[in-house]
This record gives sequence, C-alpha cells and structure tokens, in this order.
Amino acid sequence: MTDVAASPGNSNVSSATPETMSWDSRARRVVMIYLPLACFVLILLFPFYWMAITSFKPNAELLNFKDHNPFWITSPTLAHIKHLLFNTAYPTWLWTTMIVAVCSTFLSLFASTLAAYAIERLRFRGSPYVGLGIYLAYLVPPSILFIPLATVIVQFGLFDSPLALILVYPTFLVPFCTWLLIGYFKSIPYELEECALVDGATRLQILRRITLPLAVPGLISAGIFSFTLSWNEFIYALAFIQSGANKTVPVAILTELVTGDVYQWGALMAGSLLGSLPVALFYSLFVDYYVSSLTGAVKE
Amino acid sequence: MSVTALSTRGVAHRQPGWIARLLDYKPFLIVMCLTPALGLLGVFLTYPLGLGVWLAFTDTTIGRRGVFIGFENFQYLLTDPLWWGAVFYSVFYTAVATFGKFALGFWLALLLNNHFPFKSLLRAIVLLPWIVPTVLSALAFWWIYDPQFSIISYLLVEVLGVRTTNVDFLGTPWAARFSLIVANIWRGIPFVAISLLAGLQTISPSLYEAAMLDGATAWQRFRYITFPMMMPILAIVMTFSIIFTFTDFQLVYAITRGGPVNSTHLLATLAFQRGIAGGELGEGAAIAVSMIPFLVFATLFSYFGLARRKWQQGEAND
Repeated sequence: MTDVAASPGNSNVSSATPETMSWDSRARRVVMIYLPLACFVLILLFPFYWMAITSFKPNAELLNFKDHNPFWITSPTLAHIKHLLFNTAYPTWLWTTMIVAVCSTFLSLFASTLAAYAIERLRFRGSPYVGLGIYLAYLVPPSILFIPLATVIVQFGLFDSPLALILVYPTFLVPFCTWLLIGYFKSIPYELEECALVDGATRLQILRRITLPLAVPGLISAGIFSFTLSWNEFIYALAFIQSGANKTVPVAILTELVTGDVYQWGALMAGSLLGSLPVALFYSLFVDYYVSSLTGAVKE
Repeated sequence: MSVTALSTRGVAHRQPGWIARLLDYKPFLIVMCLTPALGLLGVFLTYPLGLGVWLAFTDTTIGRRGVFIGFENFQYLLTDPLWWGAVFYSVFYTAVATFGKFALGFWLALLLNNHFPFKSLLRAIVLLPWIVPTVLSALAFWWIYDPQFSIISYLLVEVLGVRTTNVDFLGTPWAARFSLIVANIWRGIPFVAISLLAGLQTISPSLYEAAMLDGATAWQRFRYITFPMMMPILAIVMTFSIIFTFTDFQLVYAITRGGPVNSTHLLATLAFQRGIAGGELGEGAAIAVSMIPFLVFATLFSYFGLARRKWQQGEAND
C-alpha cells in the first residue's frame, strides 16, 4: 500500500503508470532498490561479521593477512572465548550487568506505569505539564549529569556499588517508558474504566485488572527497551564503578581487557560478541515490539 | 470525592476499610502514583543538574569541598586551547555526522518503504547496529581502524591496489576525526531510518496517486509531497539526534580517548578527563555546563527552524 513513495518502477503498478513503460521496470528496480539496499546491509553488518570472525580466529591467522584470507577462518578456535570465561572475571561482569539491567528495568517500569496512569487517567489540573516535564527530562543527556551525579552517589555512600547504577538508570528510562505508556493508555477506551467504576471497583483494582492487562504490549515494549538501554549504558557505569568485579560488560571490556601495548584482539572481539549476544537474542525475539516502541515514541 | 465515599458507604453492603478509602481518594492516589517517578527524577536528575551548575562556579576537587569562585572556571576555559578544540570538534562532529545520518538514513527509509521479499527480516537486521552496545561496536571499529591489520587497508592495498601503504586511520588528527564520524554515522543510520520509515508509512498513498495523475515526476513527488509531509517527524528526530551526537561520549572514549594530540576531544570526553580522571570536579562541571547553550541553540534551531519551514510551505501551497 505505502510503497508508492519513491519507487517509480513499482512492479505492482508498472503496467498502469505511463512512466514505467519507458524503462525496463525490473532492471530499474534492481539498480534503484536492490543494489543500494544490498550495500546498506553489507556495510551495516560488516563490523559484526568482522567481530564474529575475529573471535574464532587463532592468533596466527589474525595477524597474518599474507598467508591467510582475512575474510575467512581456516582453523576456527574457541581459545579466545575459553580465555575470556576462565582467565578473566567475564562471567561476573555478565552477571552484574544482567542484575543491573533487570532491576533498573523493573524499577522504571513500576515508576513509569504509575506515573503514566496518573497523568493519562487520573486527570488532574496540570497533568499535561507534569507529562511535559517528564518528557523534557529525556532531553537532558547523561554527559552533562555524570560529574554532579558522581558527587551525589558518593554522598549517598553508593560509590562502587551496582545499586548506584540501578537507581541512576531510571533517570533516562522513566521518561522514555512514561511517554510510551501514556500513548498506550490513551489507546485503551476510557469506557471500560467507567464501567468498572460504576460496578464499584477501586482505582487500583481498575489499574490492576483492566488497564494493565490491556497495556501488556506497551509494557513489553517499554521493558525490552529499558533492558537494552541499561545493558548498553556506559558513561555512568564508567564514572561510578571502580572495582573490577562490579563493572558492567561494556566498561569492563574497555578498561580491564585493553591492557598494555599489544591488544588481544581475539579476546576483545570475543568479549564484544558475547556482550552483544544477550541484547541481540532479546532483540530477535521481540523485533516487532522494538520497532513499534521506537516509532511509537517518536510519533508521540 | 468525600461525597462519593459517603454515599457508597451508605449503599454498600460491606464497609470498605480506611486504607481502601484512602486509596480511592483521588488527590492521595495522584500523589502516590507520581511519587516514585518524580522522586527518582528529582533526586537523580533535577538535583544533580542544579548541583552541576553550582559545581561549575566552585573549585571543588575530588575529596575537597570547593568554595565559590564566580566565573573563574569559565574564564580559564576561554583561554584554554583544548576547550576551544573540543568545541570545534563537537560542532564539526555533530554537523557532519548529523548530515550523514540523515542523508543516508532517509535514503534507507525510502528504500525500505518498497515491497520486496523478506522485508521485515531486513528491517530487523538494519536496526542491529543501534541495538548492540555502542562501546562494543566501537571496539569492532577500533579493530577495523587498526594501523597494521586494518581490513580496509588490506582491501585498498592488496585486493584493489588503490594504495601502496596502509591507511593510518587513527594516527593523524583529521583522519581520526573523520574515522570517528564514520563510526558515528554507521551507528546512527538505523535509528533515523526506522523512525523516518514510520513517518513515511503515515503519508496517505492518495496524495501520490493525485500527483501521478497530474503528471508529477518521481523527484517532484519526493520534493513536494514526501519531504514536506516528513518535516514534523524530521524535526523531532533531528532534535534528538543532534542532542545525543553533540553530547556523545562512548564512541570517542572507546576508540581514541581524545587522541591523537587531543584532536578528537568532544566536550563530554574533555569533561570526563578533567572532572573524573583528573579529579577537578569544578572544572569538569564547567565544561559540561558549557554544553548547555549549544544544546539549547541546536534544539531551537532544528525544532523551530524545521517547523517554520513546514508552516511556510503549507501557506505557500494554499
């Protein structure tokens, strides 16, 4: 339906529209659409391919392009991954990251569900302004906040503790989730809640029994998004965590694995691959939710 | 609200407890619902934002409370060539990367807006660079940009024979600057493309049909229908993109840490280097605060600039 946009050589209508008759529509389609698309996909995926292939290459092949074709592996090895899992604290880092991501996701989901419900359904004077304020909070970038936040974290005695990250990540998750959920709550007919009110249900019963079950897709979107964002967060984790065991994967790979002048590219890439896998898996399970939440949040 | 509570008590066959009644009292409920979100944001966002501005006017270092020193930090920054370098590179990085992301992202969105097999699979693949942790893909770029074993150099020297020596991607200032911008564009394309694709799908096909009947060419259809219709969403996505590109930290920190010879420092990495690594919290906060005017200006420019053009075009078309 919507494919008319910029593709004049559209095969569906090619027989009807006059301009496509001047061109062989199939050849034109290949040149105008498939070729650029293939280039895009190739370039967008190449770093991942390179990351994956590096992590399974033995060092001899890794640094010798003369005798080995760099684009392929002749004798794949698990040595880098083994080194990572057994000679470094990688499993601990993964575990810390997982805990931080899951806890901050649930914390922000809890806070933003209640906030979105209050703003959208318990309309009160000034509720649009509260919504706008929360939205504006999303525009405050972490790069401005991390220095004063570090002093706040030290004041609270949370420095070097994963709890600091769990409490700080909601600052960028709550605005996003609240905004997403306000949109979802808007799409649920208010009449359902009125019926329940007439039947004598309390507000909290309505939230629990009617609104939340209907907003499950929104909650899933917000949840997986929050999980991804907290898994990927870097600057706060870099500034607030000092000891090796409490670091999250992105920070730990950069600060603990990059040592000396000779980089262990195999181990580094294996670490990056393993660190990307959880989010990539998660993503592949919920692609549609990702796309809808990304676009939904932009449209709101 | 107390009236309804009274009347329900009169009618009800069961007496609701005071907790239940309190929970049904709307003002209380509103306060209760907003407390977690506003509490978190207040303590960890608003308060640090204010504190950051205050720190910028003090000479606080790690472990020592500072005293108010007025504009001294800012006066110092104005004489500091490193700060000016970071300002220049932040603006340059944002301008070039944003342009690249939007040009390529818009193109990709237009391509994805066609019908072809495996469309949803392709859309899912395209979003991958945006899903994967930035630092980890930045490491992959670091390896791709390796001075000795860069795969791009290998392609250019051995396979294509275009060059005779390896490209020194991160060794000289301008090469490093552009290498970082390419990595940033690579990471930003998916977000722009998927957001704009959503916008493209809201444009009614009947507009294109009408234009085709009037004999509009593909370029005219893009110029007079697609582009103006996309203006509002372009303005929003661009505002976000500019803010997060200008304050980028991860990519630069992971690949060059501001080198070579401090030529690729963004304001955020400079703030980190001075504030956290160097311990000069006051000065770091001043650098961070100096980002705010740029952000406000960029937001106003992209948001109102694009919104006004849309309004003017709408008027001209009437």
